[in-house]
Amino acid sequence: MSKEVVELDHVSIRFAGDSGDGMQLTGDQFTSTTAILGNDLTTLPDFPAEIRAPAGTLPGVSAFQLHFGNADILTPGDFADVLVAMNPAALKANLKELRKGGDLLVNTDEFGARALTKVGYETNPLEDGSLDGYNVHPIALTSMTVEALKEFDMSKKEAERAKNMFALGMLLWMFTRPLEPTIKFLDAKFGKKPVILAANKKALQAGWSFGETTESFATQFVVKPASMPTGTYRNIHGNLATAYGLIAASKRSGLPLFLGTYPITPASDILHELSKHKGFGVRTFQAEDEIAAIGAALGASYAGMLGVTTTSGPGVALKSETIGLAVALELPLIIIDVQRGGPSTGLPTKTEQADLLQAMFGRNGEAPVPIVAPQSPADCFNAAIEAARIAITYRTPVFLLSDGYVANGAEPWLIPTEDSLPTIDPKFATGPNHTLEDGTEVFWPFKRDPETLARPWAIPGVAGLEHRIGGIEKQDGTGNISYDPANHDFMVRTRQAKVDGIAKTIEPLLVDDPSGAAKTLVIGWGSTYGPIQDACRNLRDEGIQVAHAQVRHLNPFPANLGEVIKSYDKVVVPEMNLGQLNMLLRAKYLVDTIGFNQVRGLPFKTQELMDAIKEVASHG
Amino acid sequence: MAETFASLSLVPKADAPQSAKDFKTDQEVRWCPGCGDYAILAAVQGFMPELGVKRENIVFVSGIGCSSRFPYYMNTYGVHSIHGRAPAIATGLAASRPDLSVWVVTGDGDALSIGGNHLIHALRRNVNLKILLFNNRIYGLTKGQFSPTSETGKITKSSPVGSVDHPFNPLSVAIGAEATFVARTIDSDRQHLQSVLRAAAEHEGTALIEIYQNCDIFNDNAWEPLKNPDTRDDVTIRLVHGEKLIFGSQLDRCVVRKADGTLAVANVADVAESEIVVHDAHNVDPSYAFSLSRLSHPETLQDTPIGVFRDVKRPTFESGLRAQIETAEAVAGAGDLNALLQGKDTWEVR
Ligand SMILES: Cc1ncc(C[n+]2csc(CCOP(=O)(O)OP(=O)(O)O)c2C)c(N)n1
Ligand code: SF4
Ligand SMILES: [Mg+2]
Repeated sequence: MSKEVVELDHVSIRFAGDSGDGMQLTGDQFTSTTAILGNDLTTLPDFPAEIRAPAGTLPGVSAFQLHFGNADILTPGDFADVLVAMNPAALKANLKELRKGGDLLVNTDEFGARALTKVGYETNPLEDGSLDGYNVHPIALTSMTVEALKEFDMSKKEAERAKNMFALGMLLWMFTRPLEPTIKFLDAKFGKKPVILAANKKALQAGWSFGETTESFATQFVVKPASMPTGTYRNIHGNLATAYGLIAASKRSGLPLFLGTYPITPASDILHELSKHKGFGVRTFQAEDEIAAIGAALGASYAGMLGVTTTSGPGVALKSETIGLAVALELPLIIIDVQRGGPSTGLPTKTEQADLLQAMFGRNGEAPVPIVAPQSPADCFNAAIEAARIAITYRTPVFLLSDGYVANGAEPWLIPTEDSLPTIDPKFATGPNHTLEDGTEVFWPFKRDPETLARPWAIPGVAGLEHRIGGIEKQDGTGNISYDPANHDFMVRTRQAKVDGIAKTIEPLLVDDPSGAAKTLVIGWGSTYGPIQDACRNLRDEGIQVAHAQVRHLNPFPANLGEVIKSYDKVVVPEMNLGQLNMLLRAKYLVDTIGFNQVRGLPFKTQELMDAIKEVASHG
Repeated sequence: MAETFASLSLVPKADAPQSAKDFKTDQEVRWCPGCGDYAILAAVQGFMPELGVKRENIVFVSGIGCSSRFPYYMNTYGVHSIHGRAPAIATGLAASRPDLSVWVVTGDGDALSIGGNHLIHALRRNVNLKILLFNNRIYGLTKGQFSPTSETGKITKSSPVGSVDHPFNPLSVAIGAEATFVARTIDSDRQHLQSVLRAAAEHEGTALIEIYQNCDIFNDNAWEPLKNPDTRDDVTIRLVHGEKLIFGSQLDRCVVRKADGTLAVANVADVAESEIVVHDAHNVDPSYAFSLSRLSHPETLQDTPIGVFRDVKRPTFESGLRAQIETAEAVAGAGDLNALLQGKDTWEVR
């Protein structure tokens, strides 16, 4: 039977099932296949904190949304065009994410009476007309998978496990994507288990053939490649890009990488990744807690390594005192906070931007720390290198404020070559830097570089530079303990001036205002880049001129930020918190900026942003 | 100059003999007059030349407390960090740089209250650190509150009618935490103190050295029975590897093994000579050293062993870490960044 082939500009599909159904893997696999075809894309894994909540329950539902297209794709899509629901719980939890009239692929095998009542369906939604607004495709996914695998020496239960591959095969057919990348992936994953490998391949193939033959699907879709700058691309997740950025910074600075960390969602993948790269001289230290983790990283920095610690909000709270010590010692250190919903344990697997003020101010005393925030998964790579540049050049702890959305999300990445990356010179101290009145040459650990105000970094092992540093206030220059009031005032101001001075080396804030006629500016930071940019483009298509700027350096701000803000009539600041950047902007520039805030654990939806911006832009 | 100490095999040797004076700094020492810390400082400065390594390859890391001011007075590299965290910071340092001799200075509060977690984990990992725990059974720097080693019932500023806390025995804690080297010494006994430092320097891995230290301001005479020439020989058991545990001014007391396997003190006259325990610091079974650590009476200090309780071999943390890096480099060659960034699945946009 030959089917109609329809071309789409972009499409968003969502896989939803039990935590044990392998939806993340299925989504990831569809994503990498799609990336290889040259589509632009954005992903949103949406999974619970529980590893495997009881099967078939709402808390156990795990979903993965992928938006891909033939042009710039900036968000996972406000609503999915296609939803695959592996059971009633998945349907119930995810139906609201499907656009009206969208395609709904349901695994009918799981819609028995017990499964329905478990999630509170009094009648079967497949029969009671409640899904009439959607294009429903009832599919006996489980039983067809079992049937396809009957030749294999495995239990029914084992065979059922391959149903995600059946679903994947079906979707790959639907969107005219090849099976080969998944086959290659299965070979690598199950190479040592020949029966499981063969069964999974068979299920994948069976799903594809089902798509081809069933009358349930009348159409197949094509999404042509996006036009992107020329070069070699790969698909990359934010946490992976962060790990690679750190390795790159290590190579480009010549400083071996030392990661001191304690596992925490959603940051642990950076540890998992770095622990694989011992060939790059990477040392990973899984400490007894976050305090030891950052302590060891700081000890490594003192030793002349690139010291890094990775964590999420609760871990930052534990590290605060040591961050203060790093401020006082003036040693390089990178603190990566992959933000999640808070306070306390909050929403461990969901995204949020509510640690900005913690990063900014969460220490005793005047303890300024530079902050860099990546705006997309691939951008984590550059942001990590930038954090390293600042840390090493200015001998200071630096925050890299990632979040769950960029960390777990993925997008195509134009792979840079090593040579194209900046080099970072650690400029270790090698000899005396001061001459006493009597002519003696000495080493002063707190004599600063007049340009950067950075102090010398003298690592143990260099003769003649033996010195003692500590958290007690130090005398300017000599670094000796000093309780002198004027000296303390001077040192506090100098440490602040050093951090403020970083602005001189930061790119001015770029404003995206194609018409040049916008009166309203939208300012975001971090992972809200995609949704804000998408909203602004849509508004411009509607004839509403709005400008967009995404702040990458949150401390210090780019030097031109105040000027930019003041040149617009209205400034909207969307954030996934209650207005933290907004508070900083208002405090610093005395401008009546307007916050738009959500703390739902999810990225902004384009339409909601458009409505909010429109409201501001069209009033007064 | 001494032979190379085993734990310092990767640390560059000094070009010329050194003296205690080389390890003194120009900083004014700020402990109270009469504080036991002075004696420890002098003993350590006097011992350092024996290490025979370059001064610039020695690092002292401390936490917070009177004792933790120590690094300022040592003409080596030094970090005076934050309360309780010195073992963590020193772990990062030692794990990064096998060419350094890393020493940690800490107090009973620093090591056993706020920093207890880091101490036990450093011990189990066997990081190549020499930890000097100055135990004065009091919080000195904060002016005299009871500490985790203070006796139950101790009257202090924060326990006016006596502390209700049960104390830690630091060595029991360390042995329970899988320590490979555990020793005890006394601030005023320079010779003994230095002999213990020597044994610690020889040990590959974490060495915990508890130093009984007098705080003459807030807890004077805490260790008096062990120091007073009239009593010390009767209360102190001097541990010497391979020698019978006989002590007392009249050498009339000894350590024996009870039927249940634990150790006890007995009169020499009451036991057969063969029953007297011969000290074996290399006994891999930690229950022996643990039982030794339980002999002393926490209040009267009767039957307090000093010396090396336990000294057993286990690979160090950093040697394991280094081996993994070397293996990775040997198997796959040094990392190729371009290859890493490319990964396995790429596509070209032309
Ligand atoms: C985070 C933190 N909490 C509390 C203190 C206050 N503090 C400083 S030293 C100390 C106790 C020190 O006792 P100990 O470790 O026994 O050292 P000593 O002064 O007796 O040598 C305390 C509680 C601190 N500096 N930092
Ligand atoms: S308070 Fe006690 S421990 Fe501290 S310096 Fe004075 S005597 Fe020494
Ligand atoms: Mg004390």
